[in-house]
Amino acid sequence: MEKKNVLIIGVLVIGLILIAQLFNLQILQDEYKITAENNAYKHVTRYPVRGLILDRNGNILVENKNTYDIMVTPIEVKEFDTLDFCSIFELDPEFVKEKFREYRKFRRKIGYQALTFLKQVPSVQYSIFIEKSYKFPGFSAVSRNSRNYPFAAGANLLGYVTEVDQNFIKRNPEYKSGDYVGASGLEKSYENVLKGEKGYSILLRDVHNRIQSSFEDGAYDKPAIPGNNIVSTIDGYLQQYGEELMKDKVGSVVAIEPSTGEILALISSPGINIEQLASINKHYKEIVNDPYKPMFNRAVMSAYPPGSVFKLVNGLIGLQEGVITPETRYNCSMGYHYGNRKLGCHAHPSPTNLTQSIMMSCNAYYCYTLKAILENDKYGNIYDAFNNWREMVMSFGFGRKLGSDFPSELGGTLPTTSTYDKIHGKNRWKANSIISLSIGQGEIGATPLHLANLAATLANRGYYYIPHLVKESEGNPIDPRFKEKNYTLVDTSHFHKVIEGMYLAVNAAPGAGGTARGAFVEGLDICGKTGTAQNPHGKDNAVFICFAPRENPKIAIAAYIENAGFGGTWAAPIASLMVEKYLNGGSSRPDVEKRMKDANLMQNVPVKRR
Amino acid sequence: MGNNRFGKIDIPLVICYLLLVFIGWINIFASVYSEEHSSIFDMSQRYGMQFIWILTAIVLAVSILFLLNPKIYSVLSPPIYLFVCVLLIAVTFLGKEVNGSHSWFQIGPVSFQPAEISKISTSLFLAYIMSKYNFRLGKMQDALSVAITILVPMALIILEKETGSALVYCGFIFLLYREGLSGWVLVFGMLSILLFVVTLAISPLAAIIILFALSGIINGIYTGRILQHLCVIIPVSVLLGFMPALSREFIPSLAQFGFEYIALGITMGIALFTIVKFKGKRVRHLKYLMLGFVCSIILIFSVQFIFNNILQPHQRSRIENLLGIKEDLMGAGYNVHQSKIAIGSGGFIGKGFLKGTQTKFDFVPEQSTDFIFCTVGEEWGFLGSVLVISIYMFLITRLIILSERQKDRFARIYGYCVACCFFMHVFINIGMTMGLVPVIGIPLPLLSYGGSSLWSFTVLLFIFIKLDMERWRH
Repeated sequence: MEKKNVLIIGVLVIGLILIAQLFNLQILQDEYKITAENNAYKHVTRYPVRGLILDRNGNILVENKNTYDIMVTPIEVKEFDTLDFCSIFELDPEFVKEKFREYRKFRRKIGYQALTFLKQVPSVQYSIFIEKSYKFPGFSAVSRNSRNYPFAAGANLLGYVTEVDQNFIKRNPEYKSGDYVGASGLEKSYENVLKGEKGYSILLRDVHNRIQSSFEDGAYDKPAIPGNNIVSTIDGYLQQYGEELMKDKVGSVVAIEPSTGEILALISSPGINIEQLASINKHYKEIVNDPYKPMFNRAVMSAYPPGSVFKLVNGLIGLQEGVITPETRYNCSMGYHYGNRKLGCHAHPSPTNLTQSIMMSCNAYYCYTLKAILENDKYGNIYDAFNNWREMVMSFGFGRKLGSDFPSELGGTLPTTSTYDKIHGKNRWKANSIISLSIGQGEIGATPLHLANLAATLANRGYYYIPHLVKESEGNPIDPRFKEKNYTLVDTSHFHKVIEGMYLAVNAAPGAGGTARGAFVEGLDICGKTGTAQNPHGKDNAVFICFAPRENPKIAIAAYIENAGFGGTWAAPIASLMVEKYLNGGSSRPDVEKRMKDANLMQNVPVKRR
Repeated sequence: MGNNRFGKIDIPLVICYLLLVFIGWINIFASVYSEEHSSIFDMSQRYGMQFIWILTAIVLAVSILFLLNPKIYSVLSPPIYLFVCVLLIAVTFLGKEVNGSHSWFQIGPVSFQPAEISKISTSLFLAYIMSKYNFRLGKMQDALSVAITILVPMALIILEKETGSALVYCGFIFLLYREGLSGWVLVFGMLSILLFVVTLAISPLAAIIILFALSGIINGIYTGRILQHLCVIIPVSVLLGFMPALSREFIPSLAQFGFEYIALGITMGIALFTIVKFKGKRVRHLKYLMLGFVCSIILIFSVQFIFNNILQPHQRSRIENLLGIKEDLMGAGYNVHQSKIAIGSGGFIGKGFLKGTQTKFDFVPEQSTDFIFCTVGEEWGFLGSVLVISIYMFLITRLIILSERQKDRFARIYGYCVACCFFMHVFINIGMTMGLVPVIGIPLPLLSYGGSSLWSFTVLLFIFIKLDMERWRH
């Protein structure tokens, strides 16, 4: 064949291939027509209203307020009056210039997309903008809800909501860019209840790309389904009051209703400033750089040495193991002497029985008790005895996560035999080597939630419900595990003697040696136990746990204040004020209240400053 | 005299030219049309500018037809060629950056792309050296000079990072074919593309099987024993094709050798056996067949390397998108996807002039330049698009036919060059908008917006029309 003809045929074949593909796209396939309609009918996402968070009495802790995001489609932006624009939103013109420099740089990547230019613009600015928006082609506003906190309390507990980032979307493909998600606290653990369901509206565009009207009067729109409300177990007033008391102190207060395990207040101080919570991204750097770490929720995360309140546990284990009886008496000569060493104690009448040892918080008594537990002949060696002790301690919830519905809960620490093998060598340690465990020092670490749970367990005389933050409400059943009684390995019959000691610690006549007189309130029958935990970093930590009233307790509390000194001086008054607030609605001791509120104990806390 | 002259102009080519330019103009108008600037002559808009480009292009065309002496082309082609090469080098250093490539000169308000002119200068110079007395493509020296003529501007353009424009020069292979290059080179070229695509999109094993079957069939045809060959080819191909599945069932350990290597061994064995068997008989073709076979095998095994190490990431993702290896409708595949939607939504008769929604709402980027065909597809539908493609095909075949009737070699070769340039641009551009060819940013001749492109295609075409006009003088 002549080469000319080969070439001509080749050209025609290519022409036919092009026409065939044209036929395929334009005549055969429907897919492209449908997508073309999708382009001309604009789907606009309708964001659902996020569910509210109520407190146990039906007061609103978290609600929504209307704000607006200002969107920009860079390619549609024409020259505009930057100064006027900046004056509406109180912006620095440099900020706008910088943004547009960036858009220019990435213009190919951005293409025809609309981007968020400003977030959470208040409605006042929005209404000015809308009036003038004709001057700013390419800019538009989208209504978005943001959170509002009428009680101004519980920032760490409630948690914050933030826009999802690319990493999050990768892990959770059901979220799309621009969606909000609960990032901490209750907002995070109850995200699925609160978030609701997105919808969309179908809008028609005319030939000039202007939104013309709703398609078929919205017949095919899908409305957004608002999120469900949740009712938290928190008492808003108590939480607020607790935060006032803990102002300028580092530490935590946790209050639980013993008969249900419902958390009444969960305070971590210093916490996130609730005024910054709704727009946390703006303040994020500042918060993260704060040397007191407000994001760190001490109530459920920090492993503190429990100090003397742990004596209650050791006493109960001693009774259960039969190594002591309520009548067992031990001598205390300013401490416990072993070898040529001494674990000191303060001056108090001696010897003491169990009840007195609790009331006066004798250290020696619990050294003897722990030694008796660990050297019990029932167990062949200290390893078995220790493991048995450890198992009993864990039955109180220590050394593990309690399993609350709070997302960042940690388990504290509880040593094992191998911990001591590492420190002392295998078979080279005995009861006296680990004797500080008797008074809640040493290798043990508990969260304030653990301690509040201990108070609740004592209040219940031997069992607890897993502490939790959300009550059952319509459409939101709670986890059945929150309804189960968890018994400790100590027989319930042993508790009353210990509780007698706690009662006396608070209510014994002045001068009788009760360590917790600071928690005494007429008629409330508070039972409590102080603690003064040694802190390797500066002054001792003040600890106090209590419940009230003695019969049918309504509230159990743990207060833990870092570097404050004696538990009786700071932690006991604060906890008892909380009890009063909850049971009586207010304090009968205005002077104590004022002293606690005004005290600033922050300067004692050693922090690394930048 | 004047009448006589007009009579010798090839009217069909001029009509094609005017039609295409007009179609381009109204589609540019449609693609960037906005209410505020509703006049097609509005100079602030692209369609107003294009009107100016068209007028000046027509002035250029008229000058070429009636003012310039056609003899100057063959005389001036060497200095022009050199000058353009210098421009191509200069632009790499002095040109302004547009979308990451340095291929534009800006002089005052006017910017132009030397790569566009380079098509003309290269065509002229090719015609010049190939029309010399005694030129034979079979001669080593002549072949070399042709190769250099084509490869130098091509390499310079690649240095400017305008790989797309450089690809157009591959089209000169058709000219070389016409002027004596063996048709097997074309076949081998197409085979290479096929094997490259199959290796990437399916597997090296599939590519080896296809290569084996094709070479076997060719050998069968040449030796006249097609049946015998098929008896070997069909069972071996089927066996190799099912090898992975069979090995999974029966001999899983086979997989560790790599199926493509096993297939390579088997097919090479059969090839060697064939060589031995036909030794000494009429097997001159066998040498070339083997050469092609070995080259293809090397290609198959280096595809992954070329793809991963030589191509740039954006080129990779465009190819992956085209072959359906990765679908990324928001990234690399965005343009093509939107472009297919626009064309597909046109349907049989289209949405009508200025009624298109896809192209006008900026869904399709570069809609008035590289993706102008989308507007044609959307607003004029299948009928309009077929018309445009037909005009191009008519233009190219007409160029070939006219070239063949030239008595002067210079004119014939130049005519083929013009045809090749048009063909490559049209095929790559329209193929790209419909997702048949990876995204390569080159304009659609005479339709796309832009002065450089319109002028250079006008000059390219009208020089040939002038040469054709003058053919009676010889």
